[in-house]
Amino acid sequence: MLRTEDLQPVWIIARREIRDQFRDWRILTPILFLTAFFPFLMNFFAQQMLDFVRRYGAELIGERLVPFLMLVVGFFPISISLVIALESFVGEKERGSIEPLLVTPLEDWQLYTGKLLSSTVLPLLASFLGMGVYTLGLALNRVALPPFEVVLQVFCLTIFHALVMVSGAVVASSQATSVRAANLLASFIVIPMALLIQGETAIMFWGRQNAILWWAVFGLFVLAVLLVRVGLAHFQREELLGRELDTLDLAWGWRTFFQHVRGEARHLSDWYRVEIPRTLSHMRWSLLTAAILGAVSIGLGMHFATRFPLQLDLGQSQVNQRLAQLTTLWPLGSPYTATAILWQNLRALLLGAVLGTFSFGVLGVLPMLATMGALGFLTQALSANGLPIGIFILSTILPHGLFEIPALWLATAATLEIGLGMITPQRGKTFSAALLASLAQWFKIMIGLVVPLLIIAACIEAWITPRIAFQMLFR
Amino acid sequence: MIQTEDLSKTFGDFVAVDGLNLQVEAGEVLALLGPNGAGKTTTVRLLTSVLRPTRGRATVAGYDVVHQPQKVRASVGVLTEHHGLYARMTGKEYLYFFAELYGLKGHTAHHRVQALLEQFGLAEASHRRIGEYSKGMRQKLALVRALLHAPPVLLLDEPTSAMDPENARIVRETIRELRQANHTIVLCTHNLTEAEMLADRIAIIRRGRILFNDTPDALKRHLLGAPVFELRFAQTCENTLPPLPPGVTLIARGPDWVHLRIENPHQSNPHLLAALAQVNAPLLSFSELPRSLEDAYLRAVSLEMENAHATN
Repeated sequence: MLRTEDLQPVWIIARREIRDQFRDWRILTPILFLTAFFPFLMNFFAQQMLDFVRRYGAELIGERLVPFLMLVVGFFPISISLVIALESFVGEKERGSIEPLLVTPLEDWQLYTGKLLSSTVLPLLASFLGMGVYTLGLALNRVALPPFEVVLQVFCLTIFHALVMVSGAVVASSQATSVRAANLLASFIVIPMALLIQGETAIMFWGRQNAILWWAVFGLFVLAVLLVRVGLAHFQREELLGRELDTLDLAWGWRTFFQHVRGEARHLSDWYRVEIPRTLSHMRWSLLTAAILGAVSIGLGMHFATRFPLQLDLGQSQVNQRLAQLTTLWPLGSPYTATAILWQNLRALLLGAVLGTFSFGVLGVLPMLATMGALGFLTQALSANGLPIGIFILSTILPHGLFEIPALWLATAATLEIGLGMITPQRGKTFSAALLASLAQWFKIMIGLVVPLLIIAACIEAWITPRIAFQMLFR
Repeated sequence: MIQTEDLSKTFGDFVAVDGLNLQVEAGEVLALLGPNGAGKTTTVRLLTSVLRPTRGRATVAGYDVVHQPQKVRASVGVLTEHHGLYARMTGKEYLYFFAELYGLKGHTAHHRVQALLEQFGLAEASHRRIGEYSKGMRQKLALVRALLHAPPVLLLDEPTSAMDPENARIVRETIRELRQANHTIVLCTHNLTEAEMLADRIAIIRRGRILFNDTPDALKRHLLGAPVFELRFAQTCENTLPPLPPGVTLIARGPDWVHLRIENPHQSNPHLLAALAQVNAPLLSFSELPRSLEDAYLRAVSLEMENAHATN
């Protein structure tokens, strides 16, 4: 349980750093510029744009430009938070001033939170001030202010942008020993942030933006929480002082990865008998989560099929025509079809793993959600159109689904584990070591279970399922 | 006060500290001598719970470094290798900041900071930015930081390396006072003279292992053999030297001097002096030849290299 006195050191650290920032002209000058001058420039720009678009009767664009410019005014000062965070975390490490802090009774999380707070407070204040000045300018120029909900969304987005950048900077700092190296790694934060802003801009100019922007706020909130968690997991004294060089050690990387894949097994039978069950047991919570997500997706798919009913022509001639088209494209009982099915499934799972790695496991569940959602939707839609659903499932899904669905389930759980590996504190392990261990675990499950299951499923889907389907559905 | 058993730390394949066994009592000063990369800094980091041992255990001020890290760190004052000061803060601000982190508040913090600033001659400069301090002043400030919370254990890495002789003397005096006040001090240093002046015991560390750990005298005796005494005479001593008692060996001589290796000076010296008096030897002086710790240290290192070579 967190006590008030536990937060005291957090504030001591944050206060010192904020005071230090107020003494650093390199931080103060751009902040002053961005809060005192830039909003007026944006006001002028907004006024000019509004006048311009009004001439062509495109008031809507002007209306949406005003909150967008507020987002820009808010974003520029918080971009400084990235620099402050890199300086605060890796800069202290480089100058050696972190070690006196590490030998005090501070706990790792207190030091981390103090630095996180100090890196976000000043840029956020500057950001809010800038947005305030911008709004004041709008009011003085008699420009219609955006609705309160949009302003609130822009404020929320700004706060989470700052948190995402600072917590991302901490992760970058944990992998670097110098500010220079951390700045290079910061491109992994700057580029996705730029893309994110573009996405948010598109939403703002798009219709019905309010509801969608709230989803963007929620997505950013989740990302911020995950990144803060990753930062907390890897901001460890041991890791801060243990890393001395930034050299790429491929041999070490390969050794670590291979050791985790092989585990303690000496033979393939050992590996299947001991290592795979051990890994599955380790993954039990991810397996449970993936199973729940799968079940929820089926439910959601069925719900959407009821909400948006489809009128399907399931007459014999129509079905035969569709089947003819399908068999031209995918010849039944052909190795080509089996390979294509296998490749399609593997590609989806690989994409899920890549997305999962970059989103701490979150986006790795997409193949599972999409497949199971589609399955739920399809069965419900067909059932609503009078098709005997039990026979449909038995004949078209179950034969290969018996192998394909478990493969999907295992792959999703293994991808979730990649994210978990990154956000869970692992004492004595660097971020790279933790990531390599998680990737090795994913690889182990893929190569040991998922791929064999998918091969069997593809063969069944190409040779057996169509025959059963024809027999049972189109007798 | 400090106890380690088989304390080891590895980074990947690199063994930084290998099976360290140490015991330092309250009021004792231990000097940790060793070349760069010998494992001194890693040892200090292990003893401050900054690093976690790969093997073995250690207790500091009665607290386990793995299971009670906060208590260990609260009981230890550390002068780190890099002083890591904040250039934009004033000396006073810096000390108040650390005082707060160590839980010192209000009057206690003020009194402690003020007293230490006075003691180390930093009171006048305490309102200036640390960026304006000289190297020596920065080192003193870092030392004051380590002493702020009056810890029972002090781990000091090169405490006088950047100081002028006058300031170095102040620091040495402080270390002596702290020892008298029953503080336990581990001194990591390359300054062998200083180690000899301050340390009760000296541990020579190399490649993460303690090679020797003893008092300076015992260390010299162990590594350089029994002490050598020089006898100087008023005139030529060719015929005036009496038969030498057992345990005394003549190792060199000149026209009016001799060097004798004496295995047990406490036992042999009175007999030797009596024998010289009997033969009316015109003795001018009788003194032990100074043997530097540097010689002992270099001997220890060369012995270890020979052993390593022989093992390979």
